[in-house]
Amino acid sequence: MSAMTPNPGTDLTPEWFDQIRINTPAVERRAASLPARRSLKKEWQAAWILNAIRCIDLTTLAGDDTEDRVARLCAKAMQPIAPDQLAAMGVERPTTGAVCVYPTMVEAAKRALGNSGIPVASVATGFPAGLMPLDLRLAEIRYALDQGADEIDIVITRAHVLQGNWTALYDEMRAMREACGPAKMKAILATGDLKSLENVAKASHVAMQAGSDFIKTSTGKEGVNATLPVSLVMVRAIRDYQDQTGHKVGFKPAGGLKTSKDAIAWQVLMKEELGDDWTRPDLFRIGASSLLGDLERQISHFVTGRYAASHRLTMA
Amino acid sequence: MPTVSEIMQTMEYGPSVEDSGAVRDWLKAHPSFGHFINGAFTPPGRTFPSVNPATGEDLARITQGTAEDVEAAVKAARKAQPKWAALPGHARAKFLYAIARTIQKRERFLSVLESMDNGKPIRESRDADIPLVVRHFYHHAGWAEMLADEFPGHSAIGVAGQIIPWNFPLLMLAWKIAPALAAGNTVVLKPAEYTSLTALAFAEICQEVGLPKGVVNIVTGDGETGAAIVASDVDKIAFTGSTEVGRAIRAATAGTGKRLTLELGGKSPFIVMEDADLDAAVEGVVDSIWFNQGQVCCAGSRLLVAESVAPRFEALLQRRLAMLRVGAPLDKSTDVGAIVHPVQKQRILDITAKAVAAGADLIGGAPAEACFIAPGYLRQVSPANPAWSEEIFGPIATLTTFRTADEAISLANNSSYGLAALIWSESATVATDLAASVKSGVVWINGANMFDAAAPFGGMRESGYGREGGRVGMLDYLTGPKVRPASEKPAGPLTAALDGAASGAEIDRTGKLYIGGAQKRPDGGASYRAASGDLVPFGNRKDIRNAVEAAKKAGKWAAMGGHGRAQVLYFIAENLSLRRDELAKKHGGKAVDAAIQRLFYYAAWADKFDGLNVQTKPGYLVNVIPEAFGTVGIVCPNDAPLLGFISLVAPAIAMGNSVVVIPAQDDPVAAFDLAQVFDTSDLPGGVVNIVSGPKDELAAVLAAHEDVAALWYCGIDGAAAVEKASTGNLKPVWSFANRDWTGAAGQGRAFLDHAVQWKTVWLPYGALPAGTGSIVY
Repeated sequence: MSAMTPNPGTDLTPEWFDQIRINTPAVERRAASLPARRSLKKEWQAAWILNAIRCIDLTTLAGDDTEDRVARLCAKAMQPIAPDQLAAMGVERPTTGAVCVYPTMVEAAKRALGNSGIPVASVATGFPAGLMPLDLRLAEIRYALDQGADEIDIVITRAHVLQGNWTALYDEMRAMREACGPAKMKAILATGDLKSLENVAKASHVAMQAGSDFIKTSTGKEGVNATLPVSLVMVRAIRDYQDQTGHKVGFKPAGGLKTSKDAIAWQVLMKEELGDDWTRPDLFRIGASSLLGDLERQISHFVTGRYAASHRLTMA
Repeated sequence: MPTVSEIMQTMEYGPSVEDSGAVRDWLKAHPSFGHFINGAFTPPGRTFPSVNPATGEDLARITQGTAEDVEAAVKAARKAQPKWAALPGHARAKFLYAIARTIQKRERFLSVLESMDNGKPIRESRDADIPLVVRHFYHHAGWAEMLADEFPGHSAIGVAGQIIPWNFPLLMLAWKIAPALAAGNTVVLKPAEYTSLTALAFAEICQEVGLPKGVVNIVTGDGETGAAIVASDVDKIAFTGSTEVGRAIRAATAGTGKRLTLELGGKSPFIVMEDADLDAAVEGVVDSIWFNQGQVCCAGSRLLVAESVAPRFEALLQRRLAMLRVGAPLDKSTDVGAIVHPVQKQRILDITAKAVAAGADLIGGAPAEACFIAPGYLRQVSPANPAWSEEIFGPIATLTTFRTADEAISLANNSSYGLAALIWSESATVATDLAASVKSGVVWINGANMFDAAAPFGGMRESGYGREGGRVGMLDYLTGPKVRPASEKPAGPLTAALDGAASGAEIDRTGKLYIGGAQKRPDGGASYRAASGDLVPFGNRKDIRNAVEAAKKAGKWAAMGGHGRAQVLYFIAENLSLRRDELAKKHGGKAVDAAIQRLFYYAAWADKFDGLNVQTKPGYLVNVIPEAFGTVGIVCPNDAPLLGFISLVAPAIAMGNSVVVIPAQDDPVAAFDLAQVFDTSDLPGGVVNIVSGPKDELAAVLAAHEDVAALWYCGIDGAAAVEKASTGNLKPVWSFANRDWTGAAGQGRAFLDHAVQWKTVWLPYGALPAGTGSIVY
């Protein structure tokens, strides 16, 4: 579970993706059958739910975020499950995979997380629409890094994808990659805006060729956020990129996972399509804010045999 | 048991076993079963065990049905049938609806029972088999309701004997019983001896919903019981199973007048074009030959992959193969369960071993203990390899590469079967062209094993005949308006006149056959004296061979399209009317006029015998398309030499078939006169071929000919022989009595129904994924 080596990217290589053909109904069918093909019970279910917690980028990206609100979120990230319940399961305290905030909240998050080791991810590049001049977007990345961000969740210019302008997309992301320096770059494709699955696949390839360490579905602000079919297309792109280069790129669905069932379905997707490596936080993150509550409830039920009221669970 | 912390390291799935308590309680209450006859269970007779193939445990004891048991069941069905058929459609619909509802309420129980008895993964019985069973009964409740309106003039056939296989036990029962009951038939059904339990549970449901006694009868047992059903006093046999048994049933029912539908084996091609979504195609393999342990008659078992994408396809396929979980059928995380019986397991291993000995590479496919075999595929399988043609009926595909689309089609059609075909291409142009070119009753474009009660299912070639599902399927349980038979003039003595005998005409004339658009001297060089006094050619088996050869070369006829063929039929009528007076003198004015009208009638139909677009599930464009058989043999009555001939030939060629016709034995002159009209009417050579001579001798050659795809036989006495002789390539034989050809029974849609075979083409669509503005999701 050592930290993955950064993805150095490649030159823009359209021949890896320009022939790609994706049959949408077939993707929908596979996505529908994936969760039905695997079932988890008892200890296994609890373990997979705890693993999902390890993979959460616990997120607040709202216009009304304050430093205190961010601090509360960080406290939850450090102790997502009540200690007595962990003790009952004999599990060491897990933390979430990261905390994800706006650049102006990075400092507050770093402060709140102290030496917990939980990374802080900052959105940048004119999140969520990304329609700012490139130099300002790059400056925002540098600002977030200055504030101490460990990971940068960038957004792409959707127009480049919709216009098939892969060079422009690649160049922009290369510049962002440079600006990110040692921080992990997580590229948000905003798949709900790209709509077609072939667009999603091609944008995934360009993002990886430009050196993204993760590709991420959504900002959480599009009409449709992470779905299993879109995720399936992206993880297959990750597989193909690994076949070409040997590099493992991570995946982050965001904005569509609300329930434990969702969390398990996505982990099954990762395990079945990419393998066990992609069930760990260094290659798999879930961008979510409300999901954690349901995961906690399921763990509580596993431990106590009773269904918990949400007011009895620690609020983030 | 591993701790939560340990599982967090391994990320294994762990056991997730479906509860079988309710099924075990039921089995405890039913340690042995009799038959279900006349609404009640009989006491068990001589019994054999029904075994769980995954564990080897005996689940219950099943009674071996005797001929007496079958007779009792048929008697009950016979007694119940008139009343059942006389019920208003709505009353039958309510029963079918009640059955659907009850099965739906008992889905879990039936899924578990099916998986225990058959060995299939619970995911499949739960998500595929049982929901399709429910859908089938709902759909056919609708047909019962609408029967009188939608099938005017039709009535039930009577008692149907139904024999089903072990691979989809309850689903095959539904496919058989639902349409039969909807149409007003009663049934005697025999489940497969390995998997009788869900049929017996279904019998209980029949009792619970108060289905009238005798409407459904279930007799258990092995092939001997099946043979007893075939031999019994039923009006129709519907069989799903192996081609070998199908042949035996065809032979056994020959000449009995029993209607017959056969759904037999397959070796379905799975064509991956270079522009395919390869991941979709790989998943298609999982849903085809790695579904139900490969025990699927319509499984895409012959993978045909474009050379340009074969390496990548195989890499993806092998990666996917490695993720499949073989194991306990009741575990919800199992992909591949148990083979139904050790005999089947051994058969799979034997064929696979033969294939490897013949040069194929086996990837995966290792046997495990009990009835388990890991899924796999054979690489480098050429058509010469036994695994190319032999149905493995296990989780082992074959893989062969091709270069171009035409080669893909040649390879796809290089099979005696014709059940299903799968086509993977992102080009609608390419995929629909391949769909039109493959010889199969079902075509799945960019998908696999898609089923619905509204979509007819069934085969071409040696995969059998008849359809199950939808309107077309209903016709196989109905009989059209009764035709009053007319006695056929017994054929006169037929003596070959020596070649060179004078014809007696003013200018000496040689009687010639009409083959490939030209007049041909008969192979035997002999003639015989027709009733008219003319010397006519005495055809023999070699002439039939030549005629079939010529018919096969007329392939472009079907491609001319309905309008093009109509033009030719009209032109024939036009030219016939030019010669009306001359031919009227020889054959009667009434007959010539009626022939002209009949040509108009089928010219009218040529571009109007439409297919259907059927309502399956949202997001699927499903077209049911009538296709010509290819070469159809037609044996004319020894009667109405002109009108009988044209009444049979016109509908057959209107639908795009080429025909080899044996004209009225006593008086074939009319047919040869018509040939002269054909010659002047732009009818392409080879579309109609005429071989005169001894009717039943020539008919036997046609019936046995493997390049003749269907046979029409007019006559009573000779039907048994041609039906028996048809077993070679299992061509459908339509045998019917002579009739008054000038009357209403001389023409109609029934002739066209027998001139086509239905192809169901599935095309899933959807430009955008769920939630992004697609109409589909």
